[in-house]
Amino acid sequence: MTDASATQAKMQDPSRSARLAEFWYYFSENRGAVIGLVFFILLVILALAAPLIAPHAANAQYRDAILVPPYWQEGGRAAYLLGTDAVGRDMLSRLLFGARYSLFIGVVVTLLALTSGILIGTVAGYFRGWADTAITRVMDIILAFPSLLLALVLVAVLGPGLTNAMIAIALVQQPHYVRLTRAAVMAEKNRDYVTAARVAGAGNLRLMFRTILPNCTAPLIVQAALSFSTAILDAAALGFLGMGAQPPTPEWGTMLAEAREFILRAWWVVTFPGLAILITVLAINLMGDGLRDALDPKLKRS
Amino acid sequence: MLRFVLGRLAVLIPTFIGVSIIAFAFIRVLPGDPVMLMSGERVMAPERYEKISHELGYDRPLPVQYFDYLTDVLSGDFGSSIVTKRPVLDDFLTLFPATLELSLCAILLAVFIGVPAGVFAAIKRGSFFDQAIMSTALVGYSMPIFWWGLLLIILVSGTLGWTPVSGRISLLYYFPSVTGFMLIDSLLSGQAGAFKSAVSHLILPTIVLGTIPLAVIARQTRSAMLEVLGEDYVRTARAKGLPPFRVVGIHALRNALIPVVTTIGLQVGVLLAGAILTETIFSWPGIGKWMVDSVFKRDYPVIQSGLLIIAGIIMLVNLLVDLLYGLINPRIRH
Amino acid sequence: MALLEIKNLTVTFDTAAGPLRAVDGISLSVDAGEVLAIVGESGSGKSVSMLAVMGLLPWTATVKADRMAFEGRDILNLSPAERRRIVGKDIAMIFQEPIASLNPCFTVGFQIEEALKQHMGLDRKARRKRAIELFAAVGIPDPEDRLGHYPHQMSGGQCQRVMIAIAIACNPKLLIADEPTTALDVTIQKQILDLLMQLQAEQGMGMIMITHNMGVVAETADRVIVQYKGRKMEEAGVLSLFETPEHPYTRALLSALPENATGDRLPTVSDFAFEDAPYKGDRA
Repeated sequence: MTDASATQAKMQDPSRSARLAEFWYYFSENRGAVIGLVFFILLVILALAAPLIAPHAANAQYRDAILVPPYWQEGGRAAYLLGTDAVGRDMLSRLLFGARYSLFIGVVVTLLALTSGILIGTVAGYFRGWADTAITRVMDIILAFPSLLLALVLVAVLGPGLTNAMIAIALVQQPHYVRLTRAAVMAEKNRDYVTAARVAGAGNLRLMFRTILPNCTAPLIVQAALSFSTAILDAAALGFLGMGAQPPTPEWGTMLAEAREFILRAWWVVTFPGLAILITVLAINLMGDGLRDALDPKLKRS
Repeated sequence: MLRFVLGRLAVLIPTFIGVSIIAFAFIRVLPGDPVMLMSGERVMAPERYEKISHELGYDRPLPVQYFDYLTDVLSGDFGSSIVTKRPVLDDFLTLFPATLELSLCAILLAVFIGVPAGVFAAIKRGSFFDQAIMSTALVGYSMPIFWWGLLLIILVSGTLGWTPVSGRISLLYYFPSVTGFMLIDSLLSGQAGAFKSAVSHLILPTIVLGTIPLAVIARQTRSAMLEVLGEDYVRTARAKGLPPFRVVGIHALRNALIPVVTTIGLQVGVLLAGAILTETIFSWPGIGKWMVDSVFKRDYPVIQSGLLIIAGIIMLVNLLVDLLYGLINPRIRH
Repeated sequence: MALLEIKNLTVTFDTAAGPLRAVDGISLSVDAGEVLAIVGESGSGKSVSMLAVMGLLPWTATVKADRMAFEGRDILNLSPAERRRIVGKDIAMIFQEPIASLNPCFTVGFQIEEALKQHMGLDRKARRKRAIELFAAVGIPDPEDRLGHYPHQMSGGQCQRVMIAIAIACNPKLLIADEPTTALDVTIQKQILDLLMQLQAEQGMGMIMITHNMGVVAETADRVIVQYKGRKMEEAGVLSLFETPEHPYTRALLSALPENATGDRLPTVSDFAFEDAPYKGDRA
């Protein structure tokens, strides 16, 4: 009972710290979300500290240690905990540096897609009319292609590489933000507080971005978590297809592509990069589920 | 109902035109000389350049070129591959059945496991089974399927030796393609072991391609069921003294299927994107691998028309799903 | 022997905030052919106790009773399959929201014939014939045609008639009506109440009418139970309750009528102060 009245009190208090406390209350109720968060934080620390903790340089080749298995297997060496690849590079070190790439890709793609999507979506939802029709149509067109195929073709035309891959992925993800923002803005636009702000003399720009937008953030945050993980997956897929980061970059998908021909001889060169992708994406998706539960008022108290 | 269909078509046609503009623009707007790109040659004399440019129609204004392209496409001419010199449509029609067969098997796998799993998780909400099913679904949902395919090859083909690594059927068998579906053709051929070989080649790609749709469908079914199970009409069904399997399997599931069908329809795009990776890993001769190969060979006519055809298929399937949605939802039908 | 007899019924819900007692020691009995009204504000546990009789509460609810018997037979400890032979056949229930209570994906004909199939073992043709009879009995015009309609094609009043037809399909001995008129237009309310009372008299059903509307009580009930916060405040014959309400809560409830409004504000129960006095005992 005391617990419930405490949350009740939190929900009615409008101050920022109280809202954060309420958010944390719902988020922490989801055990998976907390596990995901812990994993994610750990991953960020590992990525940031990679130059300090990695036993070897990412691209250092040891000619005497080609396809050495992980140290617990027969023939493994303690110097290469997770073994080495076909040109004698330490798997563990490459994976640690690879974490930097994956997180960097996730951040950049999400930021690109989020900002452009919010801008376009707010304009469409706020002004409606022909601008809205045109924007909606263009987004429909982009969404008519399978995202990975469109990204693949875009990269092929722009030229393979990590930067172009990130631009392509951001471009195919941004329609989701446009749709969400547009729907949210349209729902909020005619509320009384917006009319009040308008009457008080606020201009269009202020109304759009200071008055309305802050009230549309919940679905956008959830979508951001989703696109963070999709961006990592798609970038890895492009890397795997040879259209993303180029060798010898220790990007996880690119590592998998290089490892393909050894799959039946050296399981570790294939298993570990993929496992790293899976764990990273899983941690982010767990967090995303927790965010949705904590931010979606429809699901609260059910 | 007719109005509903017409309404959908009214949105579809401009979208298709937009898609064709994008496919068309890829070659012309982006960096690189279209004549060089389309002819696939790197160095050429100015006279020859003029000649090819004129043959391909690149010396005319862009809108005229686009209109010509659209007219060609609508009359069934999608251009020819630079590499094979064969018409793009012919190649597509040869390869598409392989992708269709794989995708159908994958979506069937996803529906027939995903829907019951989601229903079961919803009924046993909060139980160990619910948590186990939903955790598995989240792992599946987060799976990099290109790695998942390699992992299965290591385990099932490598260590256990149960299934072959690539292709649609063993080279030992040869028979003419009748339907394009290897499962059916191998049965028709009457050759002993051919069907078994076709099945064993299909198993791993089906699992790999079906994983993400399976996870998405299981999650969506669970949440739709949870919502429906709280509705008044489910209480009415129980108040009639109906047995639980009838209350859940008929009254609740029938309603929960409405959003699930939409989700299943949305998986078509996921399947075709997944086919790109799955077919590459398993050397499956379908349109996914065809597109990737064309990208590497810079076979621009194929990329351009392939994009258009694939987007067209997705739009068509989405239209069918919308119609199906109208059929299973009486509130739209009437 | 009473048709339905409940002694000391308690229903507790498990919530995130700990156990919540929705029904607290309710006892009641209904005889064949008798109409019992249960009145109280929303949240007083009147629906919950009847849902407990039907076995329709969610799994978070714990139902306990010293005795819960239908025709002398203990129904609380029956196996689910045995209980389903009584629920929907001998005890039927109709609900507050008629449109939401019908499945939007099936025709109303399917939904009534399903009940007939479950309990009466009629063949297809007989089921259809009976369904048409029932629709006619509850006053649905053109019944044969209406069987093929979906709930969203009908009005709220029509849907409630369908619900009533489904409820009386298997000739129940007890009909529980949970606020059957609350969600309907005022003009329709009277028609539905009249229909219910007419069917009750014709078939000699026992009936439990759950309502917060004192007008409905006066019009239908033989006996009344007043419930507040999950507990029984008073039980009395309908005449003596209206003439000499003993319990302060009953008096407050009777006073909270729009006629007693002062100014713009409608009166509420809490305007008429009453102490949380204990149950005063049954009167005939």
